[in-house]
Amino acid sequence: MTTSKLDSNVPSGPIQQKWDQHCFDMKLVNPSNRRKFNVIVVGTGLAGSSAASSLAEQGYNVSAFCIQDSPRRAHSIAAQGGINAAKNYPNDGDSIWRLFYDTVKGGDYRSREANVYRLAQVSNNIIDQCVAQGIPFARDYGGMLANRSFGGAQVSRTFYARGQTGQQLLLGAYSGLMKEVSKGKIKLYTRCEMVELVMIDGKARGIITRNVINGKMERHLADAVILATGGYGNAYFLSTNAMASNCSAAFRAYRKGAYFANPCFTQIHPTCIPAAGDHQSKLTLMSESLRNDGRIWVPKKENDTRPVSQISEEERDYYLERIYPSFGNLVPRDVASRNAKNQCDAGRGVGPTGLSVYLDFRDAIKRDGVDTVKAKYGNLFDMYERITDENPYKVPMRIFPAIHYTMGGSWVDYNLMSTIPGLFVLGEANFSDHGANRLGASALMQGLADGYFVAPNTVPNYLASANLQEATTGHEAFGEAEDSSKKTFDKLLNINGKKTVDDFHKELGKVMWEHVGMARNEKGLKEALKAIPKIKEEFWQNVKVPGQNNNVNLELEKAGRVADFIDLAELMALDALKRKESCGGHFREECQTKENEAKRDDEKFCHVSAWEHKGEGKAPTLHKENLVYKNVKLTQRSYK
Amino acid sequence: MGGLSDKKITLNLKIWRQQDGIADGKMVDYRLNDVKTDMSFLEMLDLLNERLIREGEDPIAFDHDCREGICGACSLMINGQAHGPEAETTTCQLHVRKFKDEQTIVVGPFRAEAFGVHKDLMVDRSALDAIVMAGGFITVATGNAPDANAIAIRKENAELSMDAAQCIGCGACIASCPNAAAMLFTSAKVSQFALLPQGKIEARERVRTMVEKMDDLGFGNCTNEQECEATCPKGIKITNIARMNREFIKSLF
Ligand SMILES: Cc1cc2nc3c(=O)[nH]c(=O)nc-3n(C[C@H](O)[C@H](O)[C@H](O)COP(=O)(O)OP(=O)(O)OC[C@H]3O[C@@H](n4cnc5c(N)ncnc54)[C@H](O)[C@@H]3O)c2cc1C
Ligand code: FES
Repeated sequence: MTTSKLDSNVPSGPIQQKWDQHCFDMKLVNPSNRRKFNVIVVGTGLAGSSAASSLAEQGYNVSAFCIQDSPRRAHSIAAQGGINAAKNYPNDGDSIWRLFYDTVKGGDYRSREANVYRLAQVSNNIIDQCVAQGIPFARDYGGMLANRSFGGAQVSRTFYARGQTGQQLLLGAYSGLMKEVSKGKIKLYTRCEMVELVMIDGKARGIITRNVINGKMERHLADAVILATGGYGNAYFLSTNAMASNCSAAFRAYRKGAYFANPCFTQIHPTCIPAAGDHQSKLTLMSESLRNDGRIWVPKKENDTRPVSQISEEERDYYLERIYPSFGNLVPRDVASRNAKNQCDAGRGVGPTGLSVYLDFRDAIKRDGVDTVKAKYGNLFDMYERITDENPYKVPMRIFPAIHYTMGGSWVDYNLMSTIPGLFVLGEANFSDHGANRLGASALMQGLADGYFVAPNTVPNYLASANLQEATTGHEAFGEAEDSSKKTFDKLLNINGKKTVDDFHKELGKVMWEHVGMARNEKGLKEALKAIPKIKEEFWQNVKVPGQNNNVNLELEKAGRVADFIDLAELMALDALKRKESCGGHFREECQTKENEAKRDDEKFCHVSAWEHKGEGKAPTLHKENLVYKNVKLTQRSYK
Repeated sequence: MGGLSDKKITLNLKIWRQQDGIADGKMVDYRLNDVKTDMSFLEMLDLLNERLIREGEDPIAFDHDCREGICGACSLMINGQAHGPEAETTTCQLHVRKFKDEQTIVVGPFRAEAFGVHKDLMVDRSALDAIVMAGGFITVATGNAPDANAIAIRKENAELSMDAAQCIGCGACIASCPNAAAMLFTSAKVSQFALLPQGKIEARERVRTMVEKMDDLGFGNCTNEQECEATCPKGIKITNIARMNREFIKSLF
């Protein structure tokens, strides 16, 4: 087994000094030479916008791309709860070390220590930057920043802007981006989808894009390419991700040699509004904070369809409080999700589909009064009512777990560079910091850490030392990449089959949710590995994509993305099968403790699984990056 | 309050179809059966599109992404109202249960001189980005920021600033305004910064360049119709326009 390409490039020295020392050791580009370098940034979410503006401010020429009509609409906009930082403003014992420790532990010891430490270290600078940009974070009466606590932490370290933290952070990063666009340092391409990575001499040198409005393909040359294209939760069809969230950029890079790490590490969020039926197009998250006051229960009797008012107290099972007396309704995301599934599998689920459990505020309303509950959760209650037409002040909410976040992604080293030199991957698209499970309010932190503080140091280091040859977009590599994407689009348009793109996507989603979802086992995973290739085969023979490639064709865009989801899904199932342990969001039913908790196997699986593409129709190769823990001790999680 | 139901209705849709930015467009009738009342408005359009595709017809193009009322991508004039009949609700959060069996629903794109149609219901709102580019930011390079708690900010101001900052940039205010003015949108950004000490340094230039840009792009003047406030899915208030006007006058001296 070769591991050569998997050098994490973590600097030596004590963990507290690694990043500072590395910043000093890295090569710099003289300010007057910076304008000679071009950097492509694909994606304008938190990670992409922050990287683009920070590099442009230093003097590099940046081209930024996004699918939406405006950079401000990237999926980051939807994050609700907040962003973590180790400021310790509340004086409750927080520190960089504690944030680092909590994140490694929360990730169930499957992340790289040095990366996580750096994340905790720069977290404070992020908050400074955001406040300076004019982000109206919540404040207390003295005018200082307010904090709240969030899942998995015993300190209050989460900064927030009402229930719209992602929106405010993204609008801040977007304003920085637009500032540089106005100065001409960033060239912005909206409604423009990257369809292929271009490599010259084994290095990332550009991309091919498709203009969503007129189908035109364009070639873009650069000295380095940054992907900040978000996560792949939509492989499951239904998730809390935005409709356009996709894996294509990272996956096409995978096909060109960028290893894909831990694809099976996905996160399921326990408090989502359940699907109402087959017409459901996406799922809506309800903030986790609801579990602070809501009590989760199901009827004790199976298939009990009586209205709530007729189910007496003795007939209700507050199962989380029963099974986990000390954490109760506040157990971590994965535990809460799995238990909801178990109840529904056992026939005790409620609602029209039997796939939901109650989240009941009756007792909180009795104890604190309607007004207090309204003040805390009014927005969420309104949103719930708008979607379900049920009044949660009167009847319990119904919730069900949903796919929410993907910890896996492109493998990157300490510099956030993939196995393709010159290709950097930032934000949710990389695998770097969350191990097998991400803590709440840490994705926003990571996206901005990568974009504001890590990449603006490591990308210049690469540029200063890469010695790139002169090239133009006339280079044959551009021609080949453009031709091959054109061919793929033509092929999709010419199949003219009987099933729509969504038919296939839904089919794939069902297989994934069933077998590669909240709980996985060998038999199911093997079934998935049989089912997915069949979906693929049929897709390429029987999909119907209307229209042409010379104007707006949303079905064609979707078809390209679903084709990639199908391939990625297979890799996810394979990765899940090979990882014969439970850790974080990856729960293998064969591997559980006596108390039905996830049981890690540190001896065999304390590594990152990085997959190398070996060509169409060939099995990918698994490479392992061993994880070494020098600063935290591996322990078994327990929430009893 | 009804709760989820199996109810299905039939809708008579009149939808604007336009091949591309140059072609002429027209209203086309679609009769859509078996629409579950629990569907969102966009899921109803998904249903129609799936049928069109199966029948070999061109599906209807419309913008959408988060479907949670926060990204500002969805739009649509629904029976003459931007984002439809429900107050403080984006099109993606509107549900079919708000309509009656056999009801006729007219669906068109957001219209304004500065918004061109790309296809069907999809419009070009890049003019909004251009307004932001003209000054909707605080000039602070990464790494240049003082400690976040170095400046205290009155809670009240932070809250008012947040009220304005909630704008999702959908353009409903413009599509609803008889003059196609972009005052609510622009003033929300100006207000967000005017209310914070960080924003004061560039306040004079910001308001002037943003207002100038707004005029250049062909947005109309405000004649106090207040349609913008009535239609805004985020409840942004016209007091922001008054604040921007004050800021503008201040900037002249
Ligand atoms: C409902 C919800 C709530 C959340 N709440 C929180 C929270 O409270 N706290 C927290 O920390 N995290 C939260 N998260 C997670 C967090 O929001 C995301 O992980 C994070 O915002 C991802 O940011 P990003 O910059 O990596 O990618 P994204 O914001 O997803 O941006 C991706 C960008 O890439 C572009 N793109 C993608 N593919 C292409 C292509 N081929 N060509 C061109 N452009 C492309 C898109 O247009 C977009 O601009 C939440 C997530 C969800 C779904
Ligand atoms: S789709 Fe995002 S606001 Fe409606």
